[in-house]
Amino acid sequence: MTAYIIRRLIIAVVILIIVTLIVFFVMQLLPGDPLVIFLGQQAGTGSMSQEQLEQLYIRYGLDKPLIVQYWNWISGVVKGNMGESIYYHENVGKLLLERFPVTLDLGIKSFIIYNILGIVMGMVAALRRGKWLDTFATLLSYIGVSIPVFWLGLLLIYLFGLRLDWFPIAGYTLPTEDLWKNLHQSVLPVFCLSLMGWAVIARQTRSSVLEVMSQDYVRTAWSKGLTERKVIMRHILKNSLIPVITIMGIGLGLMFGGQVFIEQVFAIPGVGRLLVGSIFAQDYQVVQSATLVIATIVILINLIVDISYGWLDPRIRYG
Amino acid sequence: MTVKETDTKIINEVTPRTSEWKRFQRVFFQRKVVLFGLIILIILVLTAIFAPLLAPYNPFQINLKESLQQPSWTHLLGTDLQGRDTLSRLIYGSRTALMVGFGSVLMAGIVGVSLGLIAGYVGGITNMIIMRIMDALMGFPMILLALVIAAVLGSGIHNVIIALSVATLPGYARVMHGLTLTIRENDYILAQEGMGASGIRTMFWHILPNGLPPMIVLITLQLGALILAEAGLSFLGVGIDPTDAAWGAMVADGRRYLLTYPWLSLAPGFAIMLVVFAFNLVGDGLRDALDPRLRGLL
Repeated sequence: MTAYIIRRLIIAVVILIIVTLIVFFVMQLLPGDPLVIFLGQQAGTGSMSQEQLEQLYIRYGLDKPLIVQYWNWISGVVKGNMGESIYYHENVGKLLLERFPVTLDLGIKSFIIYNILGIVMGMVAALRRGKWLDTFATLLSYIGVSIPVFWLGLLLIYLFGLRLDWFPIAGYTLPTEDLWKNLHQSVLPVFCLSLMGWAVIARQTRSSVLEVMSQDYVRTAWSKGLTERKVIMRHILKNSLIPVITIMGIGLGLMFGGQVFIEQVFAIPGVGRLLVGSIFAQDYQVVQSATLVIATIVILINLIVDISYGWLDPRIRYG
Repeated sequence: MTVKETDTKIINEVTPRTSEWKRFQRVFFQRKVVLFGLIILIILVLTAIFAPLLAPYNPFQINLKESLQQPSWTHLLGTDLQGRDTLSRLIYGSRTALMVGFGSVLMAGIVGVSLGLIAGYVGGITNMIIMRIMDALMGFPMILLALVIAAVLGSGIHNVIIALSVATLPGYARVMHGLTLTIRENDYILAQEGMGASGIRTMFWHILPNGLPPMIVLITLQLGALILAEAGLSFLGVGIDPTDAAWGAMVADGRRYLLTYPWLSLAPGFAIMLVVFAFNLVGDGLRDALDPRLRGLL
């Protein structure tokens, strides 16, 4: 097991390094000169002389070769220094830290909800195969992966916000400030974020349970005269959840993508909204850092998923 | 697994070749919903091709006198702020969706499949480098990577295609890599190599065709995801030119009039959902008909 964990850790670190390279070089694709873009946003740059420009180049290290620039950037990031936002005039690390709890709050709520709903529904659908609930689960799993999440948000705002006036249509309150208000405001965004994960998990659970149900050991369990409860909980559920765990990591990536839209639709001040805003403000220091942070989190979560997968299923560990 | 393989071999030997196509048809059309999806896709393609004939108005014509009209017989889905006919823009939007979808699938498919094939066949350090880069690309949520690349490249439909291709590339590479590892173990590949076939010939003439059925399924499912992603990017206002008719941008434009003119946002969103739904149905139907063993993998 230790060897397996070390192997996964090394792979994760290698991937993380490549991720930083990708983020760095994508930013190099920017048409034009980053310094000119930067200066274009500071007022009155037309009068800057060639000499002053060159001084600025040297100050920001833009005269160095790319690899040195990469090294300067990455060593700063490791030390927690992500540079300064040219739009907010604040430290990027601080900006991200302010918005992260918001994204995390919605993310954790959705993660819990879609996993519980997905597993229960996939399970019931498989056990009652061909019944109305199975049909409903199948339909939902198609709709969940087909519906544009931003449109679902607008649809819910229209129905439950504007028409019925049950839920607020925008804004966010931290749970530490006002828990009730936080929960009330979270209902619609969390539902939107959960639907896709719910669909994906339900679908995977269903097919996984169906496969386990046809195994010999399940037939043996039945023929031993075990109660339905015991067969389902101990023999079917436990074994069929292993493949579902890998999907949880994928679902999480999808959810982070969804948050970019949901924070936009519901005017929630999280990392996704910061990212989109920064793209339009051409605040690339923020775009670079936010992308890197999100990718790092996804990779770390997938590492945890991989390790728990190996722990649950010895075939993976030694394979 | 081995039992299943021998089973199909026996069936192939006993029954004539034509039955393969018949079996495909039988399984594919078994579920009525797959047929429903197929019909939607045919309508979509025809709409995109004959858009100028079908659209009742010029979708780009600004007519401020007819700004923000409710649905009526003259404008079936009403008009937007600039007085442009919503139905006509919806019809032209199918062109943007299909162009981005097919463009990205073609680009990402060719590059991704080649990379996966080379990584799987050559192995060693080449395999390491290619697959780790693919893993790293997969570390980003797909839409996020596409968003950042599209934003950096600037607006234009070709930039959206490039951004989505890079973001979806690792999916093809991974599946093709896995397939290559399985296929190259077959005796006929060994025979090819024994006869002195070059690596490139073995890869592209012998391994690739055998990996095609799963790739067709993957591409169909990806088309849906790509159209969804394109709609997302244009909803955020990244990539597609604002004057072009794109469904995601239409949803975003109509957002401000949600209470008074809900159709402006709801109609294009429904179109996106219907088309993605259809691609998913047909993709699943193809998977069941081509190779049921792929269930759960794709």
